[in-house]
Amino acid sequence: MIHFFGKNLLTVILLSFSGLVMAGGGSVHLDRAPGDLNDTESLKRGAQAFADNCLSCHAADYMRYNRIGRDLGWTDVEVADKLINTRGADGEKTKVGNLMKVAMDNDYASVAFGTKVPGLTVIARAKGADWLYTYLRTFYLDDSRPSGMNNLAFPDVGMPHVLWEKQGLQKAVFKTEEGTDGNPKHTFEKMEIVQAGTMSVEEYDAYVGDLVNFMVYMGEPMQLERRSLGIKVLIFLFIFAIVAYLLKKEYWKDVH
Amino acid sequence: MFKSLMTWVDDRFPATKMWNEHLAEYYAPKNFNFWYFFGSLALLVLVIQIVSGIFLTMHYKPDGAIAFASVEYIMRDVPYGWLIRYIHSTGATAFFVVVYLHMFRGLMYGSFKKPRELVWLFGMFIYLALMAEAFMGYLLPWGQMSFWGAQVIISLFGALPIIGEPLTLWIRGDFVISDATLNRFFALHVIALPIVLLGLVVAHIIALHEVGSNNPEGIEIKKNKDENGIPLDGIPFHPYYSVKDIVGVIVFLMFFSLVLFFAPEGGGYLLEHANFIPSDPLKTPEHIAPVWYFTPFYAILRAVPDKLMGVIAMGASIVVLFLLPWIDQCKVKSIRYRGMSFKILLVAFVISFIALGWLGMQPATVVLTYMSQFFSVVYFGFFIALYFTSKNEKTKPVPERITK
Repeated sequence: MIHFFGKNLLTVILLSFSGLVMAGGGSVHLDRAPGDLNDTESLKRGAQAFADNCLSCHAADYMRYNRIGRDLGWTDVEVADKLINTRGADGEKTKVGNLMKVAMDNDYASVAFGTKVPGLTVIARAKGADWLYTYLRTFYLDDSRPSGMNNLAFPDVGMPHVLWEKQGLQKAVFKTEEGTDGNPKHTFEKMEIVQAGTMSVEEYDAYVGDLVNFMVYMGEPMQLERRSLGIKVLIFLFIFAIVAYLLKKEYWKDVH
Repeated sequence: MFKSLMTWVDDRFPATKMWNEHLAEYYAPKNFNFWYFFGSLALLVLVIQIVSGIFLTMHYKPDGAIAFASVEYIMRDVPYGWLIRYIHSTGATAFFVVVYLHMFRGLMYGSFKKPRELVWLFGMFIYLALMAEAFMGYLLPWGQMSFWGAQVIISLFGALPIIGEPLTLWIRGDFVISDATLNRFFALHVIALPIVLLGLVVAHIIALHEVGSNNPEGIEIKKNKDENGIPLDGIPFHPYYSVKDIVGVIVFLMFFSLVLFFAPEGGGYLLEHANFIPSDPLKTPEHIAPVWYFTPFYAILRAVPDKLMGVIAMGASIVVLFLLPWIDQCKVKSIRYRGMSFKILLVAFVISFIALGWLGMQPATVVLTYMSQFFSVVYFGFFIALYFTSKNEKTKPVPERITK
């Protein structure tokens, strides 16, 4: 630890130029996620996509199933039906009031993917919607990787391309240019579909858009409530400010 | 009925006497301007932080295994827990905004000068305690930035010769930031430092009320009193400034609410993005930057190539503020009647402080490091130049009475 500050930190700082936006590493152009938290139908589709594809390996264990139902307008029965695929140790189906825990255990994940599988409850707040939207759409074929896939937004990622059947398989085309330092530089040019998926490009983008929209909601489920309360508070303060100012003026009449 | 009750109390406790001394018969100059809101606002934010902090403590778990989850539990499962948490996190930033403006006011109008040196010193100790309070509080959410920020700052103590390493070990209670560190920081954050802060705030106010408030003109109102011993240019704090401060409070709360309800993350500057990832001793975040209110000092630290010298420079940048009453030897208090040299120096100082604050958030590239070095020199240069120029400054005559 003696040299922690001197070496590690400075290296870390020198190597990173955009830590806030590019939290996943790699300086790739991020596509804008088409999210809208007022679009409940999109959030519902996203919740379904999340439960179907993500929740088997990733936990979202700060979030409760029935909170989603309450916020998006599903009954408890519907929530259990649509979103819950796990059972407890007693063999009973997981209750709707439970946290969204994961079936897979972490030791298994460490062996299978070479890393701990991160929880996803607040991942949208850490990485940002645009990053997630780009990440889930830029898996490409790469024989050098154990899963056969690599990713533009998250180079050498451990996660396999879970949605490949929907998106299809694509390969990335890079162009080589001379960089400012004289060394050849590979820059991403475009994706080429190698094998079509069950969805068209537009359908897949919309599917991922809904999924990311849901993850943004899940990261801070009270966002809409927060803003609407804020407007009420500001209106109250504005009226109070007028009254307080008039009171002050009245008192200060006799100060010369 | 009320009167006889008050008499009963006053015979046993100086309630009315204290009320009069500090509010109803505390005579403040009648010409306080915009800059004089920030003292009472600092007190307000202190109360906001204590009250919201108490409610957070009811639900937060200072345990390395569940601390991060308990914050999300507060955000989701505690009714209006998100509101309390955002009040507290926004309050931390508000505290520093208000305190920095309050300190700048003192600098501008010479409020640290004789006879108010102790007011300034108590204030500086409050600022120091506040920095410790904020630093320790930032560990508690137990995210990546909590962990690595604390790791970096505590490791600074390791630069000290001989005692450095044992000292960092003693502070952390472990070889790395760990559950032991989290627990002790929690204890210091919720008990020890708030007690120190409250004590210092009381001392700050008692010292102020002993000597009386300065004002934008820098005129001592106690020099001109009427036959009853009341300053001619003074007005009772209550009701005049209590009603005026209410206006300030509301306007402040509007700005506070704008952040709290519409941008609680402050674009990643108030709640840093990496802090939404649970702390992981094995993964260093790509870019470790302290929260904005520490960045001017962090920039000074990084501007010096040698680690120990950097730590010393950073310490000196804060210590030198304590010495201000003795560095600035000009007899005239307010900037309104001071010479051009002071005005230029103050502007340079403010620019350097803001520039260092920005630089402290950026990755340390070569160019930016040069800039940090330049502005560090300006920062210290302010105090050195002030020491030599203030004695023979070309000042304007200060009026006897407050007329504007």
